[in-house]
Amino acid sequence: MTDTNLSLTRRDLIRLGVVAGPASVVAACGWDGGTSLEPKLRAFSRINDWVGEKILFSPNRLAKEYAVSERTPAQSFPAYSITYNRTKSFPSPDNLKDWGLEVGGLVRNRMRLTLQALETLPSLTYTVKHHCVEGWTAVGTWTGVPVSTVMALVEPTAGSRYIRFDSFDSRYSNGWDLASAMHPQTILAYAYNDRPLTMNRGAPVRLYSPIKLGYKLTKYLSAMTFTRDRPGGYWEDQGYPWFAGI
Amino acid sequence: MGSASEPAIASSSSSGPRPPVKRYAGVVRVTHWLNAVFLVGMIASGLQIYNAYTHFGLRNDPLSLPNPLDGNAIPRWAAMGGWLAGGLNWHFALAWPFVITGLVYLGFLLFSGEWRSLLFRPRDIGPAVRMQLYYLRLRKEHPAQGKHNALQRAAYTFIVVIGAMATLSGFAIYKPVQLAFLTTLFGGYELARYWHFVTVWVFVGFTLLHVALVFLVDPASLRGMITGWYRGRFPSHD
Repeated sequence: MTDTNLSLTRRDLIRLGVVAGPASVVAACGWDGGTSLEPKLRAFSRINDWVGEKILFSPNRLAKEYAVSERTPAQSFPAYSITYNRTKSFPSPDNLKDWGLEVGGLVRNRMRLTLQALETLPSLTYTVKHHCVEGWTAVGTWTGVPVSTVMALVEPTAGSRYIRFDSFDSRYSNGWDLASAMHPQTILAYAYNDRPLTMNRGAPVRLYSPIKLGYKLTKYLSAMTFTRDRPGGYWEDQGYPWFAGI
Repeated sequence: MGSASEPAIASSSSSGPRPPVKRYAGVVRVTHWLNAVFLVGMIASGLQIYNAYTHFGLRNDPLSLPNPLDGNAIPRWAAMGGWLAGGLNWHFALAWPFVITGLVYLGFLLFSGEWRSLLFRPRDIGPAVRMQLYYLRLRKEHPAQGKHNALQRAAYTFIVVIGAMATLSGFAIYKPVQLAFLTTLFGGYELARYWHFVTVWVFVGFTLLHVALVFLVDPASLRGMITGWYRGRFPSHD
């Protein structure tokens, strides 16, 4: 181009650098925000939790159900456990026959629910899509007792606002808001694709719900505790979004 | 905004200094550069998230749509956040200023009437073809134009549509149950995630072309986008 003003171009190039420079520094080297910004990003994530919980979440909106024929083959549906990733063997309770789910905290009636006791309660079966935080999806059928049914039995007290789900999988745990836990599709699942849970799926009982990302669905359940304060969780404490409702 | 000093003659062949014209409003300049920074951040953190699962479709049922990057991790220099959680937190934090700047820009265009010089309309099809012929060197004369030519209008309208698509497909994969209608609109979760990924490369392609054309065709517009004042080849207003 003959009629461009070159001196102007050079100066403007420098100005462009002033803008593009910081942007590329931020983009470089997989920057997580560093020690100063990373906590602020986590704090910001709580704003998105609030929006997800108070504005976008509807307690009655149901996740779509699929036909059994649309199931993802079990071998294509990933299963992981913290213990397995470390030791290459799936966790199991000290004595499977003695296993029971301890339901306590801010409730009127503390309870210890055995697998047999859970199986006698009214159950729910659905075929739904699983959304992993990594971005993959898979369809599976789950059977279990709605958490709301158990809540009606134990009667949370007025100060109860959250539930902490504990496991025997290397202290993996999750904190849930009551509204999500009371959602009609949130269940204590004991069967996957019509069969009792296998060790890799979180036997004997796991939390399941199609309204949360997979990492909120505590496997290998050991306790369910109603709390006043917001419980953290295994991944949540490391920086993953706490609410994770979808 | 001060009153723009209109040049008496807008000639593309004269040489020497031209009287500067006030060309870009403050709102446009500020949102333009903020958007550039936020877009880089959104793309880099988004690519970090992509790295957690580099395929599209259900686990056993991959989408039969092209993805040259299938199975390939994005290099570290192009990703932001360090790991998945870091990428997510950057992405969901930057999404706010990214969307707000976009809305401020669009709101300004609407209320100021500036949209008239930017919106591509059916009557721009002919001029756009002539402009393309000029760029392909099949036509000698640069077609007469106002503030923007028809091809620019096509590009600046298109990129706003892409921005809207990126935002909406983002919400569709963020809340596929609560915003199921939106997810369905994009063909379901897996397709919505694919379209969201496609918008990244449209943004990248647009930006490269946009920057190349600024330097090759109208370098003075860069100064204009910074100071507001323009002294280049295409000084007239619509």
